[in-house]
Amino acid sequence: MPTDQSRLAARRITIGYRDRIVSENLSLDIPDGRFTVIIGPNACGKSTLLRALARITKPSEGAVFLDGMAIATYGTREVARRLGMLPQFSAAPDGILVAELVARGRFPHHGLMRRWSSQDQTAVTEALAATGITDLADRPVDALSGGQRQRVWIALVLAQQTPLLLLDEPTSFLDIAHQIEVLELMRRLNRHHGRTLVAVLHDLNQAFRYADHVVALRDGRIIAQGTPAALVSADFVEQVFGLRCCIITDPVSGAPLVIPLGEAPSPVSDDFAAG
Amino acid sequence: MMGIQGTARHAHRRVARVVGVLVAVALAVAVLSLLTGSYALSVAQIGEILWGRSDDIGQLVVVGLRLPRIVASLCVGAGFGVAGAIFQSLCRNPLASPDIIGFTTGSATGALATIVVLGQSGLATALGSVIGGFAAAALVYLLALRRGLTGDRFILSGVALSAMLMAFNEYLVTRAELERAEAAKTWLFGSLNGVSWSQVTILAPGIVVLLLCAGLLWPGLKMLEIGDDLAVGLGLSARRSRLVLMGVGLGLAALATALAGPIHFLALAAGPLARGLVRPGDPGVVPVAIMGAVLLIVSDFLAQHLMAPFQIPVGLITGAIGGVYLVVLLTRRTGGCG
Repeated sequence: MPTDQSRLAARRITIGYRDRIVSENLSLDIPDGRFTVIIGPNACGKSTLLRALARITKPSEGAVFLDGMAIATYGTREVARRLGMLPQFSAAPDGILVAELVARGRFPHHGLMRRWSSQDQTAVTEALAATGITDLADRPVDALSGGQRQRVWIALVLAQQTPLLLLDEPTSFLDIAHQIEVLELMRRLNRHHGRTLVAVLHDLNQAFRYADHVVALRDGRIIAQGTPAALVSADFVEQVFGLRCCIITDPVSGAPLVIPLGEAPSPVSDDFAAG
Repeated sequence: MMGIQGTARHAHRRVARVVGVLVAVALAVAVLSLLTGSYALSVAQIGEILWGRSDDIGQLVVVGLRLPRIVASLCVGAGFGVAGAIFQSLCRNPLASPDIIGFTTGSATGALATIVVLGQSGLATALGSVIGGFAAAALVYLLALRRGLTGDRFILSGVALSAMLMAFNEYLVTRAELERAEAAKTWLFGSLNGVSWSQVTILAPGIVVLLLCAGLLWPGLKMLEIGDDLAVGLGLSARRSRLVLMGVGLGLAALATALAGPIHFLALAAGPLARGLVRPGDPGVVPVAIMGAVLLIVSDFLAQHLMAPFQIPVGLITGAIGGVYLVVLLTRRTGGCG
């Protein structure tokens, strides 16, 4: 059994669905206390990897380790007190209220005997406040906009209050302002609350700006991982996404900024790419 | 912060108020049912009878006929109501109640088979009902395989199977001797006529135990509503919970059917009606159960008195109300769900 590893780690896992193997023999350590972002082209196995890390899909070989023990050896509620997971798609039951839905995030903290407590109340209140939806608490979820709804789901996993939090494309369906809001929220959770975060993101510039650690996936394999500054180059982006681009420095954050060249690049852009 | 706590407190108060009103209605109708009928009694007489100081006829009518019928209607109503709410949540579809998707019809087939073919009654009928219900559920599941519980294919498979089983049930009735056939026919509509203590004492405890199980499993059911992945992420063994809940739902529908026949509409409507009264928010298992009990005891009271001295099967009353309800549901429902 591996000992000196991070809290959450995959060891030589093979994952996939009934008729299709997505990843084989994959190992990954999620750095503790960091904000890790998984990037990669569509259908490269990002979501499947995240689902395996959250024990939603079981690897056919290998194992995911949580705090030094194979995740399958824990009770599922015990896992849920340490690790939260927001799937890509979720549907709210008809007519459910925001506060009611967020309160369901407290499920792993309840037992047969242990009912709703002031601790639960605080967790829900904080989650609503952190996602800026306190005012919507009494509204039905069906009546909200897509962006508000996504923040409700995030609030739900926040209310779970787990030290580890996995999010599958948490910024999808959000406009740019709300995307940034969610990313800033995740950074705050990471910096101020010491939570270990893992997110699948599609926007490379956002990934490079907010991630401490980037994991690049292609065809189910980890092509490279590291800090954005050390990792990102035009070659790297082309290798992962098959996209020709040039990289400049984001004037605000200092992070690498990807500028796609497009199909018919002008001579100027070619110069950029060469340099 | 005050707002959210206030919401929780209001929700509890709302649930308590709704439960209070429903219990009051059930009690009032129960007392009316004890008093009225072809052998009318006064409150004082009822008191004497219940204290065991009365003539034999009064004793027989109240304790032997009316009381078991009331107990049965409360148990059957609660059982169907909760069974319906369970499947509606599992399938995320308001049409997915066991009476629509063929489970109660399957139970009826099983029960009829024990009565007509094997000439059994009591416990054997209950067992036949349970086996029939589970078999029907397994068949529907196989027919809709690969699409899972959610989605219209599951519902449509159930409706199709239900139609076939209804025809088969009619056939079973034609095979029975005349006297039995008449009883079987009434029972097939769903009826509490002639319910006796011997049936109630066998089936009611089973229904009560399953209702308690449903109460314990309710939080898990609510978690399944937000999707399997999220539910697993929050620490629910989704597959196991779903199986156990299906078992409890099927068991409730089967035992209720064994006692009173495949009464329509209760399973379909109790959950949504309770939700409508408690709204907003989930009503929880208690209001749903009591709503089912109230619907049936009121319907049965009407069935006994609308065309007195003829007693019409309560299933005809619920069926008539249910038809209207279904039309409203279908016209109000926009687009697919699940």
